[in-house]
Amino acid sequence: MHPAPSIIAFTTLSGAGFGLLFWLALGFPAVTGLAAFLWFALAYLLAVGGLAASALHLGNPQRALLAFSQWRSSWLSREACLSVAALLVMAVYGAALVFWGQRLRAFGWPGAVLCLATVFATSMIYAQLKTVPRWNHWATPALFLVLALAGGATLAGVTRIGTPLLLASGALQLVVWHLGDRRFARRGSTMATATGLGAIGTLRQFSPPHTGPNYLLKEMVYRVARKHALRLRALSLLFMALLPAVLLVLAPGAMAIALAALCHLAGVLASRWLFFAEAEHVVGLYYGAAPK
Amino acid sequence: MTTLPAHTAKKLGLVIDLDTCVGCQACVISCKGWNTENYGAPLSDQQPYGADPSGTFLNRVHSYEVQPEAAPAQIIHFPKSCLHCEDAPCVTVCPTGASYKRVEDGIVLVNEAACIGCGLCAWACPYGARELDAAAGVMKKCTLCIDRIYNENLPEADREPACVRTCPSGARHFGDFADPKSNVSQLVAARGGFDLMPEQGTRPTNKYLPPRLKDRLAASPNPALQEVAEGSTGFLGWLDRALGQLPGGAG
Repeated sequence: MHPAPSIIAFTTLSGAGFGLLFWLALGFPAVTGLAAFLWFALAYLLAVGGLAASALHLGNPQRALLAFSQWRSSWLSREACLSVAALLVMAVYGAALVFWGQRLRAFGWPGAVLCLATVFATSMIYAQLKTVPRWNHWATPALFLVLALAGGATLAGVTRIGTPLLLASGALQLVVWHLGDRRFARRGSTMATATGLGAIGTLRQFSPPHTGPNYLLKEMVYRVARKHALRLRALSLLFMALLPAVLLVLAPGAMAIALAALCHLAGVLASRWLFFAEAEHVVGLYYGAAPK
Repeated sequence: MTTLPAHTAKKLGLVIDLDTCVGCQACVISCKGWNTENYGAPLSDQQPYGADPSGTFLNRVHSYEVQPEAAPAQIIHFPKSCLHCEDAPCVTVCPTGASYKRVEDGIVLVNEAACIGCGLCAWACPYGARELDAAAGVMKKCTLCIDRIYNENLPEADREPACVRTCPSGARHFGDFADPKSNVSQLVAARGGFDLMPEQGTRPTNKYLPPRLKDRLAASPNPALQEVAEGSTGFLGWLDRALGQLPGGAG
C-alpha cells in the first residue's frame, strides 16, 4: 500500500496525542494550573494536528463534515465521531484542571475511554480490510493501542508505567511482523483464485491492461525499497521501544523524558511507514504480484 | 446509509464469457466514452499525450497465459469492472454515505456530491473496480450504465451497458440474476459461471464463464512430424537400406 506521509503522520501523532490525553484523564501526571495547560496543549497539538494532517489526503476535504454521518457501518466515520467526542469531553476536564484546579472524575473516566476508543477505531479502519491480509488481524488494533498507551505514558513522564509499556510494544511489534509476513499466503488468495483460471494450468500475466501507471498501481500495488525493510525494522524497534526504555530507566529527568518521547515517535513513524509499505493488497494478484 | 440492503428486488449485473472475449479493448473504450460524456464527473486523463500518461477507467482488460500440463498454452483475455457484490465491502466502509447499493436493482453507485475522496472504498475492493479520479477528487466506478439501461430516450436496443452494446464477439451479457429464467442466469447455469476470489466473501453479482475445453490432437507429437523411414517397405524401404549402407549412414 502507498505510504502516504499525511496518513503516517496522522496515525502516529494522533495516536500519541490520544494516548497522552488518556493518561492525563486518569491523573498521570496530576497537574493543575499552568502545568496542566502545557500538558493539555501538547496533547491537543498532537491529536488535532494528526487529524488535520489526515484531511490532506482527501480529494474533497470541504465535505468532511459528512464523515460524521455513517457511524453505524463505517469505522472511519466512527473514528471521526469518537475523536470529536473525546476532544470535547477532555476539553471540559482539562479546563477544570487549568482554571479551577478541579479534577472532574465524571469527565475524566469517560474521556479516557473515548480516547482509547478513538485509537481503536483508527486501527479498525485498517484491520477491517480483508483485502490486505497483513492488516486484517486482532494484532493490528492491539499494536495501535499499546503504542498509543506507551507513547502517551512516555510523553506524560510516568516512567514506571511507560517503561514496561514501551517494552511490551516492542514485543508485540515482533509478533505483528512474524504473523504478518505469513498471512497473505495463509489466506490463500492467488492469481488462480483471482481469475478462476487455475484449474486449466499454470497461470502467468501475458500482458497488462495498461502500459502506464494507474490509481490502483500507485495506491495499492506500491513497491518501495523493501530491500531495506529488515534494517528499517531493526531501527524502528530500537527507537520505538529499546532506546526510550533505557533512557527512562537510566536517566530519569525532564530532558531524558523529552528525548525518550522523541525517540519513540521517530520509531513509531518508521514502524508506521513499514505498516503501509509492506502491506500487500490482493488486487496486485491481477497484475502478477506474487507476495511471499 | 452505507449499510447494505438485506435484499434487492433485482440483481442486475454482467456475465463475461472468457471463451469468446478476443481482447479487442472495445468495451474499455466505449465505457470510457459513455461515462466521460454522461453520468457524473468525466473520466479524466493526466498527461494523455505526455511522457507518463495515466487516466481513470471503469473497465480494464487483462490478458493471461495458462499453460496446461500436456497441451499448448492458451491466452485468455480477462475484462474486469465492478462486480456489484451482494456483500459489497466498498459500501460499508464509506464514512459519508456516498457509496450505496440500490435496493431496487442491486447496482452499487457513488453519490459524487457526498464523496470526500478518502479512497477507503477502493482499498476495501479486492477487484480494483474503483479508481479515484485525479481531476475531480471523487471515486469513480462502473454504474452499469444506469443512464442507459432505464433511458427511454434511447432506442430499446441501446438500453444496455455501453460495454455490452459494443462487444463485437458477444462476450458480455447484461441481465437480472434474481430471475432464474433470465439470459444471464441460464448462461451461468449452462456454462458453469463462477465468482472471482470467492474466499473474500463478497458474493459478486457478475459471473465469469470459463473457457471451453480446446480440441486436442490425438497423438503427440503431431503425426505429420513423425519419422517416415522407420519400418518402411517397398521402394522407401529399399532407399532407407541403401542410404544406410553409404559411409556415415549407419545411424
